[in-house]
This record gives sequence, structure tokens and C-alpha cells, in this order.
Amino acid sequence: MTPDADTVQLLTPEGELVSHPEYHAEVSADGLRELYRDMAWSRRMDGEGVTLQRQGELGLWPSLLGQEAAQIGAGRALRDDDYVFPSYRDHAIALCRDVDPLHLLRMFRGVSNGGWDPAEKNFHLYTLVIGSQTLHATGYAMGTAKDGAEGAVLTCFGDGATSQGDVSEAFNFAAVYNAPVVFFCQNNQWAISEGNERQTRVPLYQRARGFGFPGIRVDGNDVLACLAVTKQALERARAGEGPTLIEAFTYRMGAHTTSDDPIRYRDSEELEHWRAKDPLARVRALLESRGWADEAFFADVDTRCEERASRLRTDLRETAEPPPGNIFAHVYADGHALVDEERADFAAYQASFTDREAK
Amino acid sequence: MTVTTLPLAKALNESLRKAMEDDPKVLLMGEDIGRLGGVFRVTDGLHKDFGEGRVIDTPLAESGIVGTAIGLALRGYRPVVEIQFDGFVFPAYDQIVTQLAKMHARALGKIKLPVVIRIPYGGGIGAVEHHSESPEALFAHVAGLKVVSPSNPSDAYWMMRQAIASDDPVIFLEPKRRYWDKGEVDTGTAPASLHAAQVAREGSDLTLAAYGPMVKVCLDAAAAAAAEGRSLEVLDLRSVSPLDFDAVQTSVQKTRRLVIVHEAPVFFGSGAEIAARITERCFYHLEAPVLRVGGYHSPYPPARLEQEYLPGLDRVLDAVDRSLAY
Repeated sequence: MTPDADTVQLLTPEGELVSHPEYHAEVSADGLRELYRDMAWSRRMDGEGVTLQRQGELGLWPSLLGQEAAQIGAGRALRDDDYVFPSYRDHAIALCRDVDPLHLLRMFRGVSNGGWDPAEKNFHLYTLVIGSQTLHATGYAMGTAKDGAEGAVLTCFGDGATSQGDVSEAFNFAAVYNAPVVFFCQNNQWAISEGNERQTRVPLYQRARGFGFPGIRVDGNDVLACLAVTKQALERARAGEGPTLIEAFTYRMGAHTTSDDPIRYRDSEELEHWRAKDPLARVRALLESRGWADEAFFADVDTRCEERASRLRTDLRETAEPPPGNIFAHVYADGHALVDEERADFAAYQASFTDREAK
Repeated sequence: MTVTTLPLAKALNESLRKAMEDDPKVLLMGEDIGRLGGVFRVTDGLHKDFGEGRVIDTPLAESGIVGTAIGLALRGYRPVVEIQFDGFVFPAYDQIVTQLAKMHARALGKIKLPVVIRIPYGGGIGAVEHHSESPEALFAHVAGLKVVSPSNPSDAYWMMRQAIASDDPVIFLEPKRRYWDKGEVDTGTAPASLHAAQVAREGSDLTLAAYGPMVKVCLDAAAAAAAEGRSLEVLDLRSVSPLDFDAVQTSVQKTRRLVIVHEAPVFFGSGAEIAARITERCFYHLEAPVLRVGGYHSPYPPARLEQEYLPGLDRVLDAVDRSLAY
């Protein structure tokens, strides 16, 4: 769980900028404040997810706490015409793609299995089967290249996913067809209760070399480094130079999902070690040391986050239950005789209650 | 004149060619489908004529083939994927079942996945292990997939065209032991619907229902039975999901007896589903219980035993005798 000397870092945990021979931090007062706002809202929205689950409003919530820099860095590196294939913890990237967070909450409430239009947002639905989406991303990228379009594809997955055959197959297809895809692995150290040592014997970013494309490890709690590294990888892809693997070395501060208990499998020392690397704190330190933000700015960010979270909570609670007939909606694009038959039977069965009540 | 006599494999080849000519978004993907033309030569010549951008030789990875085909479909392409043999589809089964089948519903209909997965299936060619299986029930059980199997060259041509035109994922099971059987193909005539069963031979005493490789066995059985004065109707189901129960019902209401024949194991097979539904629909018409003839609950056996395993003329006629004895 120690990053090596090759790890790209542009902003230290203390909030100091450091130079790197290849990657450069994009630092402006406005830009930095925006990144801070994005991360603060991601954290607040995510916290609302956890709270709502505890209150029984959601069946489950996978928290991104600790991974704000990785996700906002990658999310803000994207251009509008880029396409994202996420995993199921990529809420901050969803926010960067303008996906209504209500969709994310509703999904974990059990109202839908997605709800947004992937093509409208250039953000595919969450994929729950581990690593499957890396192949979809690769195929989509192959299509993008065939079309002669300029967009690149970003796909997100965790350290656990790298153990899946699909991820290796995706690496290989992407390399063989020189697909414009960026593999963004958020190594948050834990696949539920299993640590990195149960997933790999080599640093994950080094895998790329065996497939014939570059792999880079970046400080995943450093939003400036994540932004710079992802931007460059996306540009490489757009320029026809093929795939890149980025390993964002980060840490999941909460549970895998609200269903597990990390106290059973990891110690508090480790948590404290990572708490000192907090992604928001270091941007805040830089903003303050540059005099680019004062107390009023941070108070304003907090107030806005509270307002949005409150609205989100209200909207979620007002969400209507899906109509029962939805079971049969969209099973097939062209229809299916059996589904039609079952839909009719189901409707008749439902109507039998109404008829009885009417009598 | 648009009628030609073609072997089934060549009819598929012509069908793929026409689909690719008509729609530049149609792509072929698979192992060895390019220069070699596929191990059964179904894609013969297409690589030469359409290029490697549209007839894509893939790495040897079935999950990768189907997973990237999903991505290509999301990008607006219509991939037709070849799985080299039935028993090798399972590395891709996860992508087919958890992703391909469900993504349209997951997106509330906002995305479509027009992917065709071609699988040469079934036995009877003396092949080694994993090269003779009939996995149709495993796919038919999954909502979101359509499963079809032609039994003759004309259907092979038209059903492939229709499968490619469908906005749903279609598992296209090619009866490999019929690849070399010849038949007339009328490329100019409007076809039956992809999912409609067809009466392959009219009869009045009993209905034999089958699809894919077993249709010919049933036709042979009906011819043999006719010599003994029995009139068997042969129904070519063509589509396993959806299944044309109306056509089966119509036939059974006429003949009052039903025997279902398929190569796949009988236990939890498509025959069980047909028997259950037809019993429900035709309870008062049936003169005998619905009988099934198929493979045993065993792994597909070594080739020297496959003639014992596969339903042949005698086993079909034995079931006919048992049904008529009620």
C-alpha cells in the first residue's frame, strides 16, 4: 500500500505544489476553487447517500469518501465528446457528466437500474458485474476510431476488478486494435475485505506494459495530478496513440458499501495514515496559502452543499414508486410474445383486485 | 430469377454478404473468420471483399468478443459475432447474460443492442469434446435474449437477415451437421416472421415439434410412419425464444398428440417448457401426455457414442408409438 517513487504527485498533502518533469498542474484561482467546489459537493452528496441508507431510504450505498480527487480529476479532464463507462462508485464522475444525482440515489433505492440516457450524458449506466464495462468501453472506443470521431473513452474500475479476466481481455483488445480508451483504475486498496495483496503481486500500473501500452501511477488523492495525467492520456487516445492505464493510488475511507463493516478487516492506524492525505484538505490549504479563498468562500461552499443535499433528500423522498407494469417494460426492443402474454396475465390479475374492491 | 440451390453454410454466407452490402454498420467479429473464412467457411470471401475493418479477426477471447461487440453496438454498429463452437460460448456467457440481455431494460429502453451471436451447435459430426452441445435452453431462460435456429438453407438465409435487422440481441444457433445440406433459397421472396413456427409437413395423427438439426430427423420419421399408414405433422419451431405456442396449439388441437424432439438434454430442456404450456392450453384436446425425445442428463458423450445419445429415427418413432398407444 505504499506508492513507489514513480507516482505522479503535483500537490502534497500539506498543500504545496511540487514540480514534475512531465506533468504540470493547472493552477488558477478560479480553476482551483471550482475543483474544490466539485469535490466538496461530491463528498456532501455521497454523505447524503450514506445517511439516507441509514434512514432506510436506500437499500444500499457505495460511498466514494476519500476518492473525490481521483474522480473529479478524471471527470474534469473529460471533453464533452468523450464517453465514460463507469463502475458503481463513480458518483463524482457522474456529477461531472451532469447526471442528476437523484438518478444515482433512485438506483440504490430500487426504483430503477439506471434511469439516465447514457447517450445524452455520454455516461454509460453503472455496471455492477466487476470489470464488464472495460470491454464495453473498448468496443465503444473501437467504434469511435472506425467512425473517425475525435472523442476518447474513459472507463473506471477498482483494484479488485484487475483480477477479472474481462479487464485483461479489455487491455488486450484495446492494445491490439489501438483503441482510444483510457483505463482509469481507482486503487482504493480494498476489494470489500480483501487487500491489494490478494489481487496482485505487481503494482497494477505495471500491468499495462505487458499488453504494450503505458501505465502510470498517480497520487489518487491529488486532484491536480489526476487531472493532468488523465488529460494527457485522453489526448494520447484522441491523437490515435492508443490506450493508457492510469492507476489512481487512493483509499476508500468508508465501507465498501453500507452493508459491510471495515472495522472487521482493517485497522485504525491505516485509516489515520490516509486521513492525513485528504484530497479536500490539501486543495483548501493551497487556496488559503495563495489567498485565493477565505473563510467566507468555504462557508459559502458548505451552505450551498447543504441546500443541494436538502433538496436532493426531499426529491428522493417524493419519488413515486415505479408502476408494477414496469416489470414488463423494455425487456425487448422489438417485443416478445411471451412477455406480451405475461404482461396481459399480470394486468388481469392486478385488475381482479380492483374489480373486487369495486364490488 | 432469384431462386438458387445452396448448402446451408453458403446460404448464411450470402445472407451476411447482403446484410453487409445493405448496411455499412453491420460488422462481423470472431476467431478465424477473416482470411480463413471461419472453421466452417461461413464467412468465406467476406474478409477479402469487405476488409479487415468489417470482418474482424479477434483475439482468442470469447468474453472479449461479446463485450467489445456490446460497446460497438452502443456506438451504433450492428455486430454479428461468431463463437467458433457451442461449448466455447461459456467464457462469454457472463457478458451475454448479465450485460447483453439486460442493458436495454437497464436503460429503460434508451439504448438498443442489435448484436447477433452465431453459434454452430449440436452434434452428429463426430467431433471432440465441447464441439457438439446444444445450449439453447440456457439462453432461452434469459429474458432479453432471442434464440433462433434455422433447419434449412432458405430459413438460414432469411432468419439471419431478420436477426441482423432486429434491435434485440439474437442467439443464432446454426445446426452444424446441416451446414452441407442443400436446399432452394429464394432471395427475392418476403419471408415468414423470424419467430413464427412453420408446418414442414402436414399430418393428422400426431404432431412432431422440432427445430434446427432435428427437423430433418422428424421429417424422415414422418415419411417412415407414412409407410405404416400414420399421418404425422412436423412443426419446425424455428424460434426457441419467443416460441410460437399458438402454432403448436393449432397443430395439437388438430392432431391431439404431441412429441417434442431436440438434441439438448430433456431434463429442464425446451421440451419441458413446451409440454407444460401445451398441457395448459390443450388439456381437453390431448389424447396422450406430451412426450419428449432428446439427449440424456450426461455430458455430451465421446463421438463413438453420439448416435446412441442423439435422437434418431427409431427413438422418435418409438415415442410416436407410445403416444398413439394411449
